[in-house]
Amino acid sequence: MAFKKDRLRRTMMFVPGNNAGMIKDAGIYGADSIMFDLEDSVSLAEKDSARNLVYEALTTVDYGDAELVVRTNGLDTDFFEADVKAMVKAGIDVIRIPKTENADMVKEMENLVVAAEKEFGIPVGTTHLMAAIESAEGVLNVPEIAKSSDRMIGVALSAEDYTTDMQTHRYPNGKELEFARNMIINAARAADIAAFDTVYTDVDNTQGLIDETEYIHELGYDGKSVINPRQIPVIDKVFEPSKEAIKNAQNVIAAIERAHQAGSGVIAMNGQMVDRPVVMRAERVMKLAQASGLVDKEGHYIGK
Amino acid sequence: MEIKKTAMDGTLESSDIQITVSKGTNGVNIDLTSDVKERFGDDIIATIKKVASDFQLDNVNIKAVDQGALDCVIKARAITAIQRALGNSEEPAWEAL
Repeated sequence: MAFKKDRLRRTMMFVPGNNAGMIKDAGIYGADSIMFDLEDSVSLAEKDSARNLVYEALTTVDYGDAELVVRTNGLDTDFFEADVKAMVKAGIDVIRIPKTENADMVKEMENLVVAAEKEFGIPVGTTHLMAAIESAEGVLNVPEIAKSSDRMIGVALSAEDYTTDMQTHRYPNGKELEFARNMIINAARAADIAAFDTVYTDVDNTQGLIDETEYIHELGYDGKSVINPRQIPVIDKVFEPSKEAIKNAQNVIAAIERAHQAGSGVIAMNGQMVDRPVVMRAERVMKLAQASGLVDKEGHYIGK
Repeated sequence: MEIKKTAMDGTLESSDIQITVSKGTNGVNIDLTSDVKERFGDDIIATIKKVASDFQLDNVNIKAVDQGALDCVIKARAITAIQRALGNSEEPAWEAL
């Protein structure tokens, strides 16, 4: 497991917690985050089974650099406590809180996580949290949810439940999600955490996935949830920086290094001011370029 | 501990193993069906036996139908099937995990 607060999260792949084959293969598709689901994809009679299976997989299977996330059952269910204890003991990177409506729910989860960390001798603070926003109430409270705990790494839109709550359904143009998407990305940025867009459910419609990913990329989202591994390269491609952007980022980084050597925090490059936000954007471009295999370790461009 | 009822976990899908646990009278008996029995049979049986011993089961009959499960899957399915047979599957079995 490889937890890092500031990392790429272009894709978060859903893996049903009781599917042995999918759990076995989850690491081979190159998802930035893998989310094992104990909630909606597992029937009530199999909750114990999924929990044990995910636990054993987490403690034995090597998922490489992927960030490992688990979606537990809701705080109002009988399975919730056992889910949290088992996943904390297994050393999960992030627990995804389903149907988060307010900051108190995050606090409730956090208290249980702290207790579990203490019980199993895991350093307090190891387990991180993220919130799934699935209702109107959750969307309206997302600013406080995003800032509710130091453990929070992100907020995610879950559009199926949300559109049901809004008495609408999903449309191809995504207008029904506009407000929620904007609330979530703003709350995430204000809290300095990640924003995940909802899944694109029509897995055979590649162009639709590209269009939706380009849209949320433009809004500033970190990435999307994924239900089918086939969607991963499509989404990664949208997040891939252009050759021009990479060159520019390299110039920015070189320029600011020269400025630092000269004892300054700001420098002009091609007549434009280069300061901290520009540098941060350049660093993110380089991180994406590396993840996309467009530059080698020394930063040389190796794309087509 | 003694098994009181018959219980099962796992599926017959690829990469899974279906484990059925029932009351036994004559030690730990494991009946394994697997396409890879010749090569991995001893390992699969050892994994299941270890779980039975973690639960301190002296007498139990275990039927396992393997579809090429990883060791962690075998262990998880054995734990859940035994817990269900013991009637205490709500709380994770910390002694066996």
